[in-house]
Amino acid sequence: MMRFTTLVKHPADWMTGGKGQHGAVITSRIRLARNLRRHPFPGWAKRDQRAAALIEMKPAVEELPAMKDAFSQELSGLNSVQKQVLVERHLISREHAARADGSGAVIERRQTFSFMLNEEDHLRMQAIRPGLQLGSAFQALSELDSQLEESLEFAFDPKLGYLTACPTNLGTGLRASSMLHLPALVLSDQIGQVLQAVNKIGLAVRGIYGEGTESLGNLYQISNQSTLGESEDTIIRRLERVISQVATHEQNAREKLLEDDPDMVADKIGRAYGVLRYAHLIDSKEALNHLSLLRLGATLGFFPAETVILCDSLLMDIQPAHLQLHSGRKLPPEERDTIRAEIVRSRLQSLESPDNHFTNEKSEASSDINNPGDS
Amino acid sequence: MKCDFCDSKATVFLTQLVEGQMKKVCLCDSCAKERGVTDPTGFSLADLLMGGGVAEGKPIAAGTAIPMPLGNGTCPACGFTLEDLRRVRRLGCSECYATFREELSPMIRGMHKGPSHQGKVPAGLMERQVLRQRLEDLRARLDQAVAAESYEEAAGIRDEIRQLNENLVS
Repeated sequence: MMRFTTLVKHPADWMTGGKGQHGAVITSRIRLARNLRRHPFPGWAKRDQRAAALIEMKPAVEELPAMKDAFSQELSGLNSVQKQVLVERHLISREHAARADGSGAVIERRQTFSFMLNEEDHLRMQAIRPGLQLGSAFQALSELDSQLEESLEFAFDPKLGYLTACPTNLGTGLRASSMLHLPALVLSDQIGQVLQAVNKIGLAVRGIYGEGTESLGNLYQISNQSTLGESEDTIIRRLERVISQVATHEQNAREKLLEDDPDMVADKIGRAYGVLRYAHLIDSKEALNHLSLLRLGATLGFFPAETVILCDSLLMDIQPAHLQLHSGRKLPPEERDTIRAEIVRSRLQSLESPDNHFTNEKSEASSDINNPGDS
Repeated sequence: MKCDFCDSKATVFLTQLVEGQMKKVCLCDSCAKERGVTDPTGFSLADLLMGGGVAEGKPIAAGTAIPMPLGNGTCPACGFTLEDLRRVRRLGCSECYATFREELSPMIRGMHKGPSHQGKVPAGLMERQVLRQRLEDLRARLDQAVAAESYEEAAGIRDEIRQLNENLVS
């Protein structure tokens, strides 16, 4: 069986999978909720009933061809930092990390698929892909779901569909979501209107980091709310349409910002670069917000295009549990800020100053400024 | 910069195309509110995003209170009650949906686009249901055979049941 250290040694496939459409859509995620027939839901089940469900599900998941040599572990066998690392990588939920006995996680080697056993539902399976790929992620996951149906009998009602512990997941059991990076919509004060519009058509929007409505790093998640009354296909197509329209809005806003106020844009990106390159103490809020601007800079041609991937993997690596994994010990918050700055500085060591890069580009091809997305 | 309508400081800047001409309007907070400029419901970006098709499906207002079902009763399969549902907001087992079908129905309707499932159906579902029905029939026949003391027939039925059970499990 795969060891934890081997699993997390490499970034997930979806973190390095290249830039998504317009660079605004970072990842696509599909989650399906399933429950076993004749077993009480995990939250209501007694200890031995949960154990019985786990014994039934675990081998079935492990034997899936796609999950060959996967990482498979009961949560009671992981320490709190290890669990938190899995949460930060979106491989298990925060709620699942709080569980111990009778709950498990099975994670595919490349971290593309993950299964939570005895979460709120017996089985929560997930597929993550880079960019806007909700449709293909669903196809891949649905295939695994069908394979599981050969050995497990899921609770299903012809009228209500797949039965879930919480009625909000009934029917398809499908939660489809994308993580979006929307710095230009935030800088141009259009974000509130866009989010309100998305919400108005029955989709949920929330900041990825930060409490409540606050968003750090200009990162947002858009997902479906309703799971019953429409097919998976209808839900996913609507989401993909809305997400790609939001991404287009973001792209337009980026071009307009650069056209209307190039000094402001260059200033923000330059300052972010300066802080990240030279800071020795940086908390996660400051780091997230500056990395967001660095990423924006990369899509606008201030930095080489592959800087986007560098930013995306840093977003993950500066999270508290990842820092502690990196140092191999528990870290008090002040010390985290030191290590965080250290990691950021070393990763950005060879990243040239935006001024150099931008003026070089300008002298080579002055039209680049008008087509910032193409660089 | 001053508000175009009063002398207060302008904080809202609106650019609009009016009869092919770019119009710029500067407003202060209160004038903007008065004229609905900052009113999100007056803003048509939702239409813009959906290509004019906002009316598609039923919009679900975020944060609307969904009524929790009232009533008593206990799920025979797992001992869960509606009072438990009001407390933990989750159900006890998949049978609860049959037990509390009527009570749950308004809540489910408030949460989702439609009342009935339109998506994927497990492949083996029909097959399993047919098998289960046949099993029930056989059990009834077995009881009759035993009651009639035709033990040879009963033994045959028992073998058939055993076979079917294996199919259901595998």
